Amino acid sequence: MAHLLNSSFTPTPTTTLRRPHHPLTAPTTRRPTQIHAKIREIFMPALSSTMTEGKIVSWIKSEGDKLSKGESVVVVESDKADMDVETFYDGYLAAIMVEEGGVAAVGSAIALLAESEDEIAQAVYKAKNQSASAPAPAQASASAPEPAQASAPATAPAQTLAPALASAPARVASAHPASEGGKRVVASPYAKKLAKELNVDLGLVVGSGPMGRVVAKDVEAAAVAAALAVAEPGKAVAEPVKPDGVELGSVVPFTTMQGAVSRNMVESLAVPTFRVGYTITTDALDALYKKIKPKGVTMTALLAKATALALAKHPVVNSSCRDGKSFTYNSNINVAVAVAIDGGLITPVLQNADKVDIYSLSRKWKELVDKARAKQLQPHEYTTGTFTLSNLGMFGVDRFDAILPPGTGAIMAVGASEPTVVATKDGRIGMKTQMQVNVTADHRVIYGADLAQFLQTLAKIIEDPKDLTF
Amino acid sequence: MHSSISLSLSSSSPITVRSYGGATSNSSASDLFLRNTSAPTQLRFCGLRREAFTGCKSSSNAPLLKQLRHNSTISASLNGNGTPSKGFDYDLVIIGAGVGGHGAALHAVEKGLKTAIIEGDVVGGTCVNRGCVPSKALLAVSGRMRELQNEHHMKSFGLQVAAAGYDRQGVADHAENLATKIRNNLTNSMKSLGVDILTGVGTVVGPQKVKYGKVGGTETVITAKDIIIATGSVPFVPKGVEVDGKTVITSDHALKLETVPEWIVIVGSGYIGLEFSDVYTALGSEVTFVEALDQLMPGFDPEIGKLAQRVLINPRKIDYHTGVFATKITPAKDGKPVIIELIDAKTKEPKDTLEVDAALIATGRAPFTQGLGLENVNVETQRGFIPVDERMRVIDSKGELVPHLYCIGDANGKMMLAHAASAQGISVVEQVSGKDHVLNHLSIPAACFTHPEISMVGLTEPQAREKAEKEGFEIGIAKTSFKANTKALAENEGEGIAKLIYRPDNGEILGVHIFGMHAADLIHEASNAIALGTRIQDIKYAVHAHPTLSEVIDELFKSAKVKNDVSSAVAEPVAV
Repeated sequence: MAHLLNSSFTPTPTTTLRRPHHPLTAPTTRRPTQIHAKIREIFMPALSSTMTEGKIVSWIKSEGDKLSKGESVVVVESDKADMDVETFYDGYLAAIMVEEGGVAAVGSAIALLAESEDEIAQAVYKAKNQSASAPAPAQASASAPEPAQASAPATAPAQTLAPALASAPARVASAHPASEGGKRVVASPYAKKLAKELNVDLGLVVGSGPMGRVVAKDVEAAAVAAALAVAEPGKAVAEPVKPDGVELGSVVPFTTMQGAVSRNMVESLAVPTFRVGYTITTDALDALYKKIKPKGVTMTALLAKATALALAKHPVVNSSCRDGKSFTYNSNINVAVAVAIDGGLITPVLQNADKVDIYSLSRKWKELVDKARAKQLQPHEYTTGTFTLSNLGMFGVDRFDAILPPGTGAIMAVGASEPTVVATKDGRIGMKTQMQVNVTADHRVIYGADLAQFLQTLAKIIEDPKDLTF
Repeated sequence: MHSSISLSLSSSSPITVRSYGGATSNSSASDLFLRNTSAPTQLRFCGLRREAFTGCKSSSNAPLLKQLRHNSTISASLNGNGTPSKGFDYDLVIIGAGVGGHGAALHAVEKGLKTAIIEGDVVGGTCVNRGCVPSKALLAVSGRMRELQNEHHMKSFGLQVAAAGYDRQGVADHAENLATKIRNNLTNSMKSLGVDILTGVGTVVGPQKVKYGKVGGTETVITAKDIIIATGSVPFVPKGVEVDGKTVITSDHALKLETVPEWIVIVGSGYIGLEFSDVYTALGSEVTFVEALDQLMPGFDPEIGKLAQRVLINPRKIDYHTGVFATKITPAKDGKPVIIELIDAKTKEPKDTLEVDAALIATGRAPFTQGLGLENVNVETQRGFIPVDERMRVIDSKGELVPHLYCIGDANGKMMLAHAASAQGISVVEQVSGKDHVLNHLSIPAACFTHPEISMVGLTEPQAREKAEKEGFEIGIAKTSFKANTKALAENEGEGIAKLIYRPDNGEILGVHIFGMHAADLIHEASNAIALGTRIQDIKYAVHAHPTLSEVIDELFKSAKVKNDVSSAVAEPVAV
């Protein structure tokens, strides 16, 4: 659509406002100097005299596509109509800076065009830099003297959120009969759309629909689980939130993802969780730890191992409720452990923690933590947990309460192990090292007695930890 | 009953105008009022027919209509069915009482022909009972649901609506009641004119001879001077697809709306598939399209298709697989879901397997021509269709015309639209009553009643470009947007475009495509212009009321750039 019409009853004669093609690429003089000459910016064109900003309806081309002069690249919605916008140069669409649905001021950069394939990477780098340095979302009314700076509100948050979103801890191979052991994903059309929007890997979402199909609420739950992990208290202690980028006194609307989180937070109230606490004496565990620490065994591995052995005796605590109608008993005991990392929180998973020996488990744990710090964890390494451990003991927290990640049955909050004055059965007063644990569970599948028995078993294992080393 | 007929006829209301169209799909409807697609004289008959329908004898309009008449035989038509020619039971026997047969019968009575119509099932055919009519009822519901569910839309009006819900049975009843009502209207309109409605399966037993009767019962042979076959079509079900009517269904079942599945696959993204996707998503289903061609909505002008996809597919709970065939579809049973096996349309390699709650087969329609006794007159069907010439005369296996035998509507496959069938029937009646007539199929509009609607008449842009290249002329394209239309903006329905394809050298309209609010009603200005041969330089001076959606079309004509601004002779009708 290369032209617009005036309304028929305006005082002026009803003529067609014919516009030739809208030059997408700015004249050389407007190009910021730091951009290499062969990487051109694609600007939001002015499609009508009254247009101040435009919404990207859809990108016709994807990043990396070759463009030739005159080809339609993007569909822009102005105040009057949707228009296909063409490029005036040959080249490659190197980086999209304003995603579909995003709004950009007229004249601001919405994408980068590289002249040759070699320059794509360079352009992508530029785009990232610009996105990162973009302060708040672009002001619509800005006449954009510095188009590069005023642009791209959408990409930056999306990128930083991606890893966090993918880290939802509640994952088991889909039970759908068509999934062929998880190789195929069976997800409803809306679930697929949402997954794309919320950046959720469908392969890792447990389906609660008919025949185990992934439906929209599963995707939303997965997105929330990830967001919850980020929101857990550990982060605030480990890494105080920097106040930069937040304008005090302002009201900032939710992004799509935050909207989904908000919806699901409310929805999660529908899951009937309850909490059971227990105090466990850790003298024996501490002694064991001291003994085998030189062999590379970590306290986290010991706790995970103890939990896994207890879970093996109480499979119901390792189960989950996916559809409100049934127990899903997981075949493996995969203990996810929350770890604060730079810029967030992730839940690396110790798979088959009940079967793997403590030394291998410790090595595995070290490897996972290293990978997590380097942000190299593979999805199956942080998404397949069936039970979650969250330990804030190292900060001196003596007890806390965790929110149940959707898709799992229970999460255990572990407090600090501290010397405590206790009365013993023989009437004496003594000193023991004790820690408090607090389990949050879904009461639809896990009942109070189940948790009590599980905790009792766990306490026995920890208080007499010989089984931990086989 | 009569007054409701006159209502439905006097406006091209969505209830009666309709179309499942395209080369492969059909079924639909229409409306008798669309017959004005042929010659100027036809237009006047329309007005008359309305009078005949309502049985309004003392209307003050009558004198006016009389003045419009060209032909004195019309007055006879008002007196009822005529007397047959010598030696025949009837002047005209029509096999099939769908919209095509009905249109032909009414026109035949007007022409003074003694007419009988044979129907083996229910009067009204596909359109009224299993097509355009009930689907319009469902779409009327889906349109409202969509609006009520769209909080943003309501808010922009300043309206507050509590959560909208629906009662499935109530929706289904609305569709069923509408079909019943229209069917009764159709039956009564024929009865009141004295058309003999003969019940049973009609078979051609020889030249000018037809028998009818219940299968296995008594059969009656009647003779007729001319015979029209108007047996229509049935949903086409590809090989490998097992239809159980519950989880694997055709449009016949879907219109009863016995269930609203959570996830339904629609095989075929033509008119039928698109309309049902509109209904199902509005009622809360998620939809997956399976389309054999590389693009969704084949048959539409590509630009319109692209925009329609942006509005009707992408933002809804719909995904799609294109370039794939569904080779095997197994209904849900024994706790297993509906299983659909897909292969690549080109390489034939297995591509994917879908497991869903239901599948709707909307792969078009197949002619219903079995048991017609065509072998008795040496006619061989082609893929089931009865071969005809441009005057709907049936062609036999030697390529020669079968005298006194005609075929109209879906059974001949020329243009599988209800109103096209009706127009063809009228064309045939014109011929048998002594006036040569060729129907201009390029002036027949088609519409898809999604929200918003899609409509078109004439050529698509690629078709027009091909023709232009072959015949050595240039084409021009003009477009207008609903976003610039006051009425559309008042309704908060600015999404949509109208597109005109024309010849700048002489101002001929080659095609018009509309996507937007009430597109199906807006197309007729363009289709009438094509039917009457009106050129852009003439029609652009016509005045449109303000503010109306019709100004979108007004703008369209005004924005076209015709080089030679002189009116020229009316173009000859084009046969397909």
